[in-house]
Amino acid sequence: MIKYLKMDDAKCVGCMNCTSACSIKYFKEDNPALSCIEVQGKGKNAFHLVSCDQECRRCVAECPTKAISVAPTGIVVINKNLCVGCLACVAVCPIEAMKWYPGGKNPFKCIACGACVKTCPKDALSIEEKEDSPASRFPFEVEARVSRKAAEGGVK
Amino acid sequence: MSLTIKDFKLLSERNYEKKPVQKGYNMRTLHADLAGKKFTEKAVSEDMKRRFTGGKGFGLKLLWDGTKPATKWDSPENEIVIAMGPVCGNTNYPGSGKSLVVSISPMTGIPIDSNVGGYFGPYLKFSGFDALELQGKAEKDTIVFIDGTEGRLAFYEAPEGLEFDTHLLAETLTHVFAKDEKSLQAVSVVSAGRGAERSPMGLLNFSLYDKRRQGIRVKQAGRGGIGTVLRDKKIRAIVVRYAGVEQDSNGAVDPAAVQRIGLKLHREIIVNDDKQCKMRKQGTGHLMEVMNDYDLLPTKNHKYGQDPRGPEIASWVWEKLFSQDLPDGCWFGCTMACAHAVDHFELETGPYKGQKVCVDGPEYETAAGVGSNLYVYDPHGILELNFYCDTYGIDTISFGTTTSFLMECWELGILNKERTDGIDLSWGNWKGAAQILHDLVEGKRFGVLACKGVKFLAEHFAKEYKADPQVMKDIALHGKGLEQSEYVSKESLAQQGGYYLTNKGPQHDEAWLIFMDMVNNRIPTFENKAEALHYFPMFRTWFGLQGLCKLPWNDVEPADNAKHKEPNKVPEHVENYCKIYTAITGEPMDSELMIAQSEKVYNFQRAFNVRLGHGRRAEDYPPYRAMGPVFEDEYLARAERYDKLMKERIGVDPVAKSVREKVAITRKWRLEQYDSLIDAVFKRRGWTSDGCPTPEHLEKIGMDIPELIAVVEARMAGKA
Repeated sequence: MIKYLKMDDAKCVGCMNCTSACSIKYFKEDNPALSCIEVQGKGKNAFHLVSCDQECRRCVAECPTKAISVAPTGIVVINKNLCVGCLACVAVCPIEAMKWYPGGKNPFKCIACGACVKTCPKDALSIEEKEDSPASRFPFEVEARVSRKAAEGGVK
Repeated sequence: MSLTIKDFKLLSERNYEKKPVQKGYNMRTLHADLAGKKFTEKAVSEDMKRRFTGGKGFGLKLLWDGTKPATKWDSPENEIVIAMGPVCGNTNYPGSGKSLVVSISPMTGIPIDSNVGGYFGPYLKFSGFDALELQGKAEKDTIVFIDGTEGRLAFYEAPEGLEFDTHLLAETLTHVFAKDEKSLQAVSVVSAGRGAERSPMGLLNFSLYDKRRQGIRVKQAGRGGIGTVLRDKKIRAIVVRYAGVEQDSNGAVDPAAVQRIGLKLHREIIVNDDKQCKMRKQGTGHLMEVMNDYDLLPTKNHKYGQDPRGPEIASWVWEKLFSQDLPDGCWFGCTMACAHAVDHFELETGPYKGQKVCVDGPEYETAAGVGSNLYVYDPHGILELNFYCDTYGIDTISFGTTTSFLMECWELGILNKERTDGIDLSWGNWKGAAQILHDLVEGKRFGVLACKGVKFLAEHFAKEYKADPQVMKDIALHGKGLEQSEYVSKESLAQQGGYYLTNKGPQHDEAWLIFMDMVNNRIPTFENKAEALHYFPMFRTWFGLQGLCKLPWNDVEPADNAKHKEPNKVPEHVENYCKIYTAITGEPMDSELMIAQSEKVYNFQRAFNVRLGHGRRAEDYPPYRAMGPVFEDEYLARAERYDKLMKERIGVDPVAKSVREKVAITRKWRLEQYDSLIDAVFKRRGWTSDGCPTPEHLEKIGMDIPELIAVVEARMAGKA
């Protein structure tokens, strides 16, 4: 199962409470550029919410140090001790949900913590669960194919 | 795999003060005296930085200082210098993890420099050194260890039972020197192999630990026999350990700018690569069918440039064999990820027959060198030769070009089973080629002889087997003793210069002008060609000064690259390089300053050749196979092209001429053309007609170093 932040664009009114809650929680600063969720204005009071769907996992497959992994809850997490800050993950993210900040050592992303959910006045956000999919399994399948230990029954 | 650090006898050790890298430099290098088992730190002066920049520049400067005019490759004072450069080690801009290795080459007797990936260089730099010099010879097989995490330097004796061949040795050492099983990626090993002990074409493997494959991978400093020097010094391996690489371990002046420029190229690669070169899927193997189609893929010792069987080893074949969807960069943050591998490959020959291994590659040069050039169109054969060359520590390019020469000698009847100790060297017999390698490592006569390189073999066969000395000379593809790499240069005069008017011998990292010259005819005059043979070698030298890879420069292009006036220079990427250099060092950079930085080092290297008694015009001529058709059947294979050329360019009507006459006329004309090219190029480079940089030129480019001036003045006065 994959835990994730579900977003309903139709309910969003663009109040930015979510970006404040997120950036204050993780960066101690109210700054939309430091928020893991992004509110994009589409004109005529329409908005589009962007954050990681935890499912596509292209960043997991791209990370050269395996700093990006999948937690038991299905959330994609970054281990800052392993991250070398190359930003390859930012480049491969198809929806720009992998964020970075100029001068910041590591990229950052939504981990479905729910901090934003409580602050949304319109119930546009919720923490949900979904099934694994071919995309979510992909990085593990690639690795299983090349692992020398797996291939040789534990012997190199 | 059962060895632990306790099995390694500590010979000597010392601690050193760790300091962070600042603006891309440590301003300190490390010297290892192998005989005395002693490490010394050397300060880098502002003057050294200004003149030599870093990387290959630092390497050559340290090598010059450490050696004498009479130094040979196996003199104790010869060095192996591994140096990085200021841009090296940043994790944002693809292709920023290169080490530059220099030494006096066993193949050429002059400095060789080789550009290699793997984690060693960046780790060495973050450990606190801009370069590592190895000098002297150890008494017993030794491991040199640099622990950048603890600030400790040590020499260890190689214990009984420690392997020699890289795929085993580097794996073992990675486990032995890692702090724990979780930190294997923090170790990188430089090693050679058994082949490097018996052949001058020995290479260095630089390792990287691959977390997904759970094993080491290797990249090669292939050219010129530096692995041979390593084993002559009785160094089994150099090991570096550094944990804790971060986005700004390189100490950039403006880390955010490094991120921005890097991310821009990451995105360009992710979006464009699949439509352009497919480096992420095929690596440099994407060139195979392009070269075959353009008659440029070496086939049968460069006699031909294509074959109907070409598609059997085309890019799509490699794409299927390579494991896909992996971040196969040779340094962190290289999204070009061209360091592909074939996993679980089962070997059919040699000491590891029946075992499943990971083959690093093949890259284009290897697939052409031990593939089409040997008339081998079996991908399995290419992979097997690739694997054994690597693990034995043998350069696939020199081995490929040498074996193709041997196969042509077999075809010409100069070699037979009696003379090869039973090895069948018919075209396409990759198992015969593999047998040469296996015999080499066991010290068997023909294996050792065969791997001495084409320069030696051509003379040897003329003397021992009464082979026609001129034919031997014509088909032995080398310059200065180094085998030519794998593009057919025959129909491009500019590329002949690109290969042979080089400081170190014919390799592919100075200039690749074939399309510009032969296909697109953009540089028709001698002056145009000379300008290209000035600009591109200087531009490409710059990568070696910085610790950069050349591939992300033009193996991916901005979508609108064609709109620029000089698209072949990829102007937007040149701008990226200038910006990234400034973001790291804080120093200004533009496209002219780049060339000026390179010119200093390029001319220094030429003067270094002069100092060692080389660097003369006479050494800059190709063998005729690289310039035109040697044999009549070779002429006939491209008769239409050659006849047309004769009529239109040479001004001779080919109709009444015999093929023999036409071969001779073509040859005479091409040699004259090349002579005119040398004149134009040397003039453009500020050299005498004999190829010596003039004192005035050295002064003009800021290299008026008294020692250097003395060397060129002595040559010009006819005294050296």
